[in-house]
Amino acid sequence: MDCKETLELLPAYADHELGLPEAIEIDKHVQDCPACRDEITGQKALRAALRRHATYFIAPSHLEHRLKAVLALKTERKSSPARRAWHWFGQSNWLNPAAALASVIAVAWSASLYLALPSAGDVLAEEVVAGHVRSLMANHIADVISTDQHTVKPWFNGKLDFSPTVTDFAAQGFPLVGGRLDYLDHRPVAALVYRHAQHPINIYIWPATAGQEAPPRTLTRQGYHLAHWIEGGMVYWAVSDVDPHELQHLVAILQTESRPHSGSPSDPKPAS
Amino acid sequence: MTETRTERFQQVALPHLNAAYNLARWLTRSDHDAEDIVQEAYLRAFKFFDGFHGDDARGWLLAIVRNTTYTWMQQNREHLLNTPFEEEFHSLEDNESASAPNQMDSNPESILARHDDRRLLDRALEQLPVEFREVLVLRELEDLSYKEIANIASIPIGTVMSRLARGRKLLGQCLRRIEKESSDGLQRNSGTAAGLRRP
Repeated sequence: MDCKETLELLPAYADHELGLPEAIEIDKHVQDCPACRDEITGQKALRAALRRHATYFIAPSHLEHRLKAVLALKTERKSSPARRAWHWFGQSNWLNPAAALASVIAVAWSASLYLALPSAGDVLAEEVVAGHVRSLMANHIADVISTDQHTVKPWFNGKLDFSPTVTDFAAQGFPLVGGRLDYLDHRPVAALVYRHAQHPINIYIWPATAGQEAPPRTLTRQGYHLAHWIEGGMVYWAVSDVDPHELQHLVAILQTESRPHSGSPSDPKPAS
Repeated sequence: MTETRTERFQQVALPHLNAAYNLARWLTRSDHDAEDIVQEAYLRAFKFFDGFHGDDARGWLLAIVRNTTYTWMQQNREHLLNTPFEEEFHSLEDNESASAPNQMDSNPESILARHDDRRLLDRALEQLPVEFREVLVLRELEDLSYKEIANIASIPIGTVMSRLARGRKLLGQCLRRIEKESSDGLQRNSGTAAGLRRP
């Protein structure tokens, strides 16, 4: 073995990663070659120095706690449908083998559906984001383009089985851009389009199931901010790439607007 | 059933938390970044846990930590990935070619012995380009074989070997440079002091 071959294999030799025949060859070579011997000594010296002196960083103890907490959170969110399935499983009639078999199949099937699919709210949030993104594509953000609420509101007549409240909030920094029909949660819905700075904001509105109420909840999907609430018999979804605080501001404005007796038109007029 | 999956994951993955943290810490050189990355890597590992069937949990996890680190650094700390030291090292190498690499006083142990700085070697290792730092940490601090390192870093075994060899060379040079700088600095300081005293 010559110097060139030796130098090539030398790191593996120093690391004890070389096969025995090659190692013996190198042993033979270095006996007569001080340059290669120095090279090996150098590599070994640095190995030793690293092992002896380099810091092995130990994970801080709070990191393990943090990981456990995050993992528990993940599990909890995923397992609640599964627990429901198990509960049902526990109640099934074990005395009847056929029924038991049927329930095993049913549970496995429903559990797989539950586990494979995100919750209904998640699906709807995805739909809302998809609707928002679609509306930005191909310049189809509004079917009726008008900053005049008295043009946009009547436009929905005959297209929907409900009449959404339409108000221009230009004074508050959210000018109305127009309105559009969209399809969400298996039904046609009203989409009101507002703008804040250069950010388009879609507000989806449709009638809620009787008695449903929900305070605003914010979430983020694919970089878009969403707000969802149910009030006054209507379901609202707001979605935009605008700053989340601005979006919450608009949500607050819309909430005030939709509440009966608070908007100016229904304010008691001075007796004439 | 999901609960046992989480428990199983914790049993497999948590024992290697220090290895994961140590690798992320050496790659990012920041405590804070390393913590964030380890958390992200563990969540990713948890997500892909069903795909893990081997018995080398540490290698599996370290590969995920490494990938997470590189993705994270590309997004947040791109400048760290293009360490500009290569050229300096080249010029240093040329200057040194005349002196024997293995003189008594250039031996890493004697350099370290001469200095009262516990972190001298750490500082030298931190200055290496990340691809060399990575193999050295996996080899010397995790004590992994060439094959394990090749799997974690997705590089051929031959590349592991050549990077280790070059990484050690660079580390030696870096140690000598740090020592030279500090002694130059000392001389410069004493020179100024003398100059001040003269008038």
